[in-house]
Amino acid sequence: MKWYSRGVLVVSLLGSAAVGLVVTNLGIAQGGVTLRVACGTVGSQQALCKSAADRWAAKTGNKVDVVPNVASSNERLALFQQQLSAGSSDVDVYQIENIWPGLLADYFVDLKEYVPEATIKEFFPSMIEADTVEGKLVDLPWYGDAGLLYYRKDLLEKYGFKKPPSTWAQLTSMATKIQQGERKDNSNFWGYVWQGAAYEGLTCDALEWIYSYGGGTIVDNKGNVTINNKNAAAALDMAAKWVGTISPKGVTTYSEEESRGVWQAGNAAFMRNWPYAFPLGNGDTSPIKGKFDVTVLPKGPGASGKNAATFGGHSLAVNRFSKNAKAAADLVVYMTSAEVQKERAIVGGYNPSRPVVYKDPEVLKASPFLGRLYKVFANAVVRPTTVTATKYPRVSEAFWNASNSVLTGKSNGAAALVALEDELKRIKGAKW
Amino acid sequence: MNFELPKLRFFAGRIVFWFGLGVLLFYLLFPFYWAIVSSLKTSNQLFATPISYIPQTPQWSNYASIFTTQPFGRFLLNSFLVAGGTTLLSLLFGVFAAYAIGRFEFRGRQPIYYAMLAVTMFPSISVLGGLFVLIRGLGLYDTIPGLIFTYMLFTLPFTIWVLTSFVREIPSELEEAAFIDGATPFQALHKVLLPMIAPGLVTAGLLAFIQAWNEFLFALTFTVNENSRTVPVAIALFSGTSSFELPWNLIMAASVVVTVPLLVLVLIFQQRIVAGLTAGAVKG
Amino acid sequence: MPLKNPRNPNRRYSLSAWRARTAWLLLTPSLLILVLVAAFPLFRSFQLSLFDVSILKFPLQLTWVGLDNYVALASDPRWWRSVWNTVVFTVISVGFETVLGLMIALLVHSEFKGRGLVRTAMLVPWAIPGVVSSQMWRWMFNDVYGVINDLFIKLRLIKTPMAWLAEPALVLPAIIAVDVWKTTPFMALILLAGLQGIPKELYEAARVDGASSVQQFWRITFPLLRPSLLVALIFRTLDALRVFDMIYIVAGTQIETISMSIYARQQLISFGLLGYGSAVSTGMFLILALYIAVYLVTLKVEVK
Repeated sequence: MKWYSRGVLVVSLLGSAAVGLVVTNLGIAQGGVTLRVACGTVGSQQALCKSAADRWAAKTGNKVDVVPNVASSNERLALFQQQLSAGSSDVDVYQIENIWPGLLADYFVDLKEYVPEATIKEFFPSMIEADTVEGKLVDLPWYGDAGLLYYRKDLLEKYGFKKPPSTWAQLTSMATKIQQGERKDNSNFWGYVWQGAAYEGLTCDALEWIYSYGGGTIVDNKGNVTINNKNAAAALDMAAKWVGTISPKGVTTYSEEESRGVWQAGNAAFMRNWPYAFPLGNGDTSPIKGKFDVTVLPKGPGASGKNAATFGGHSLAVNRFSKNAKAAADLVVYMTSAEVQKERAIVGGYNPSRPVVYKDPEVLKASPFLGRLYKVFANAVVRPTTVTATKYPRVSEAFWNASNSVLTGKSNGAAALVALEDELKRIKGAKW
Repeated sequence: MNFELPKLRFFAGRIVFWFGLGVLLFYLLFPFYWAIVSSLKTSNQLFATPISYIPQTPQWSNYASIFTTQPFGRFLLNSFLVAGGTTLLSLLFGVFAAYAIGRFEFRGRQPIYYAMLAVTMFPSISVLGGLFVLIRGLGLYDTIPGLIFTYMLFTLPFTIWVLTSFVREIPSELEEAAFIDGATPFQALHKVLLPMIAPGLVTAGLLAFIQAWNEFLFALTFTVNENSRTVPVAIALFSGTSSFELPWNLIMAASVVVTVPLLVLVLIFQQRIVAGLTAGAVKG
Repeated sequence: MPLKNPRNPNRRYSLSAWRARTAWLLLTPSLLILVLVAAFPLFRSFQLSLFDVSILKFPLQLTWVGLDNYVALASDPRWWRSVWNTVVFTVISVGFETVLGLMIALLVHSEFKGRGLVRTAMLVPWAIPGVVSSQMWRWMFNDVYGVINDLFIKLRLIKTPMAWLAEPALVLPAIIAVDVWKTTPFMALILLAGLQGIPKELYEAARVDGASSVQQFWRITFPLLRPSLLVALIFRTLDALRVFDMIYIVAGTQIETISMSIYARQQLISFGLLGYGSAVSTGMFLILALYIAVYLVTLKVEVK
């Protein structure tokens, strides 16, 4: 019998150890409430979130428990859906991406009930609009992101270009020339890298091309499918020509980090990416430190051409099942306040969601880069998330698949968009 | 001249053998070597071309920072408790079940045997929602026993099937003799059968342990707190200043830290236990 | 074979009743756990497949649609593409894994210098957390800074860098190479245990009879290894048919390589379609069950 009895003993020991762990978790804060906030990922993001949350806790006599988020955005959405659809109140405040309000609107409280009108007016109106679903303010914007064109100042100069490109045609010819020249010493050199994998990032990139060509935003504000037009097709065909010429063939599998990998090693003349690549490229050991700059993405051809930057970002929302929704809303207001955003901008380089922070002299001194982003944010293109609401993921998936099929040469712009229009109409059904 | 040919063949065979072995080992080990190299690079060296195969300036600080940015030691312990608990329970219950299915005749034996397989035929994502509700209902949410309990969903059927296949291969005369001598089924199982199926026991245990040790989806969904977080989840929480940035060197360092204890465990298992138990089993 | 007692015919009945009771007693803990952990989630999944329900609406609005989800599934080209992809992936990778796993098991089981090293080395791929190793392969496959291109060019296997994950003709071989790398140890370990259970005396007897090592393999090793081989095949196949993480991370959701599990996840999680996604899961279950049934029939295995 000794084999089992030993086994049973070990098992019960493990069991009781585990129960012990659970019991110690149940310690309840004396006075005030304990909120759980899911924000940031492990490292500097979480440290910043925690320090602000702790200040709020000290001020209000409550307690805040900060849990880190999983880095992959797909995993995060899956996790939040499981927790929320099971009616779990374990997490009071969620950090969500700005394409999720339409998706998860039902699971968050209407912040209009807790936040004064005047406070809401202090944020970028376009961000508040994107976070309002059928009249409900789902979250408060926390920080923004927008697509930027990164370019190598030193290489532009070396090949006799005075300014970064202002149209896509210019970008193409500049990238071609620089690539030809640089290839003599570096067989790994490419003209332009971006995000071409079949995922949400391609939706952002392709939306920028199409919008800059005057091809609209896939689905317009009224919910009409507008994607099947000449300008949109021309935009996709242009991008398809880059693949294998000025962009590596593998670009159709690249997400943000792959593009940055090629760029930051000094192997690309241009890159489309989010602001996060700026401080990283200027890091101490970076081979391209001080050799690059950013600007708005180029315009499409002709009169209908305009600059475009897809808007991304994160916001904070309160779980509708939270037992302390009022305190949680108060925490959200504090976390998104000008005071906290200023700290986050200076220490972490996060782009504020309140215009006033961009004018703060201390912020501008610490990060002149932010001041220039203000303009980009003001003109950012929003993905059609609010109008397509819970069907946005299907719209986006159909769109990135169609775009990817053009990029990989399986289809061309015109044909892919005819099929896409049909599919989007099918997804829409009677209404979004 | 006649004996030259076989000798030549022998050497050719040797060369092919060692060459094949070399290619095989390279295939199996190079990615792990690459993980170690990557874990010792700075974030800029990761992307650098031309690629360097040996870290020029080994960044041991990557390893230190895993343990300083979060209680990684605690996560290792949690993983160990979860994987250990899952393995022990699966083996304990699995041996009983395999003994019953492999040795006893009773109605419903075959349906049960296949039903065990059927529960593993669903994608784990589709049972996730139901399990989440269940775990919360049982009060096991965010606990180590909760993880152990859900991991049995995939380790137990596997263990039972492996052990059953071993039990069937053992001639039943020995236990029959034990029964006639008045032994209880538990005694027969313990004294007669267990030593004979030792290789299966060790293998099933090892595979269950590694599976539980590396499991990610359930561990992510059923825990929130550091007190119950396991290592794969902890690795997925790493990122840089932005959620786009993947701190690859840290992730690789963390993976090396998780993998090494497993390899040590395997070494111990193989050198001692497998050798000891198989020797006993073969002799009967 | 039940014990018979010719002197007392009644004894046989009571003995078999006693045996059945003991068997159920032995099975109880396992059954209890599996029923608890599997019955409710599986039942819920099946139930949901008969409704139109979105996880994104609160409170959940269940609209009874009967078999509509299954009808839609039957004519969903993306679903059938994912089935085809998964089956092709499974047949090829499990095939390679079986052959390679058997070779490794035989190798490690035989006596040669450095056997201990190989025995530990073979487990390395299986021991690295899958989520991480898949990301690592994606990194290694990169066309500009990936190590595979660099290595292959140095070894003169290719001339110019390849976009492994972007070329439709290369992406399937690429993910199969990752899967074989990752899961061959599983195969090898089970087969090794099977080999260890084969009595050495059989080989000695065969050698005395003058059987060559090839004959020994087909006459002794292979037949006696069959039970282990079958268990390894079944579980490896089940895993391969449910492949998710690895393809999802290495190749994303592109149509060339989308697997059944990725498709199910897309419907259930990304699109929040609980009803349709559950129907996809049940569809998967049916295909897996069919696949396993084919195994059991062709390999003629039954509970003796």
